[in-house]
Amino acid sequence: MPPTSAGLATKCLTMLIKDLRLELRDKYALNAVLMFGITTLAVVSFSLGQSNLPPHLLGALFWIIMFFSAMSGLAHIFIREEDSGTALALRLSAPPDAVFIGKLLFNMILLTVLTLIITPLFFVFTNAPVSSLGSFIPILVLGVIGLCSATTLIAAIIARAAVKGALFAVLSFPIIIPLLLTLVLTTQKLFEGSGVSNVMTELQFLIAYMVVMIVGSLMLFKFVWTE
Amino acid sequence: MYKLVVENLAKRFDSRIVFKDISFELTSGESIAITGPNGSGKSTLILCMLSQYRPNKGKVSYLSDQKILSEEEIQQNCGLVSPYLNLYGQLTAEENIKFFTSIRGKNITGNEINDLLIKVGLEGRGNDNVAEYSSGMNQRLKYAVALANKPNILFLDEPTSNLDDQGKDAIASIIEEVRLNSIIVIATNEKEEYSLATNKCRLGN
Repeated sequence: MPPTSAGLATKCLTMLIKDLRLELRDKYALNAVLMFGITTLAVVSFSLGQSNLPPHLLGALFWIIMFFSAMSGLAHIFIREEDSGTALALRLSAPPDAVFIGKLLFNMILLTVLTLIITPLFFVFTNAPVSSLGSFIPILVLGVIGLCSATTLIAAIIARAAVKGALFAVLSFPIIIPLLLTLVLTTQKLFEGSGVSNVMTELQFLIAYMVVMIVGSLMLFKFVWTE
Repeated sequence: MYKLVVENLAKRFDSRIVFKDISFELTSGESIAITGPNGSGKSTLILCMLSQYRPNKGKVSYLSDQKILSEEEIQQNCGLVSPYLNLYGQLTAEENIKFFTSIRGKNITGNEINDLLIKVGLEGRGNDNVAEYSSGMNQRLKYAVALANKPNILFLDEPTSNLDDQGKDAIASIIEEVRLNSIIVIATNEKEEYSLATNKCRLGN
């Protein structure tokens, strides 16, 4: 059993595979985000009936559905470790960076699955302009990464608290407001017919937000995880 | 040659002093039994040594050939078996062993996993989900996970809890084998268990 110089990437991948395996077996987080997302979308589409919403409302509606669906499942990744009592074994075995990156990647995969299901349904149910779908994809990608990078650290913070679910949304909301406002504004512009070139400033902000959140979370996670 | 140095360690929760002025040094091949009544801080002391609690005073150092080990090196060289350390119930025993070995950056083969499972008395149960295990089987698996990492410093909190007589014998022979080259810290009140240690530290009154 010779020790290998397995790098951080291998350990992150090990962490991710373990979490994916656990999720595929109990489907707890996946069921939570999908059920919330689809139910909310169905309620919205039934309420709208045949009426067409203006683009600025469509953008807001889409990201409200994404935000609350994310809130219902993204915290689970750390809550599962604390509730099942496996967090101690993980703290004693895994470097904090590998834990954080592995769980961030897991949350990104989870939210990507939700996005792949919700987005086409949203376009069908709300009559959103399909011509904007192509230029909407980069915003979706940055939105998913932004949401996950902002909430994964908060998930680690609230995992040890008594009132986990409520605290997750309360703590995440102020951090996510700049992200959500930008996503809504950008989506609105795209639904109104603007091209990607007209939302470059917003794209730059989304990229900067993502970088700041990931770097900040990586620097802070060790203290949240081990203290 | 590994060395564990505990200097003037003290821990209190609010105003309640759990323990104070705990000092000892152990080198590879030595072991210590921490004893004391319930609530005297045996588990807290182990968790302080493993950096899971921050002591109010004193420090714990790990050395290898006079060189202080980094946090990652400590993770790679320490193992813990205790009732409050849980494994993943939705994973099989083999998957648990593989995960906790790989996450430390080490490799383990299928044959090595089988050997470990035989050693702890879980032969043929490697592909069962851990959630289906009894508490005694869980305890055996914790030893397999700890040993898979080949720890140079092994912490055992209530090492034979939940084990039947056969399990206790198996664990006693494992401890005998491991302590030849490793440091072992045992927290227990069982006479049979603390007789396995070369040193003793009593907490509480």
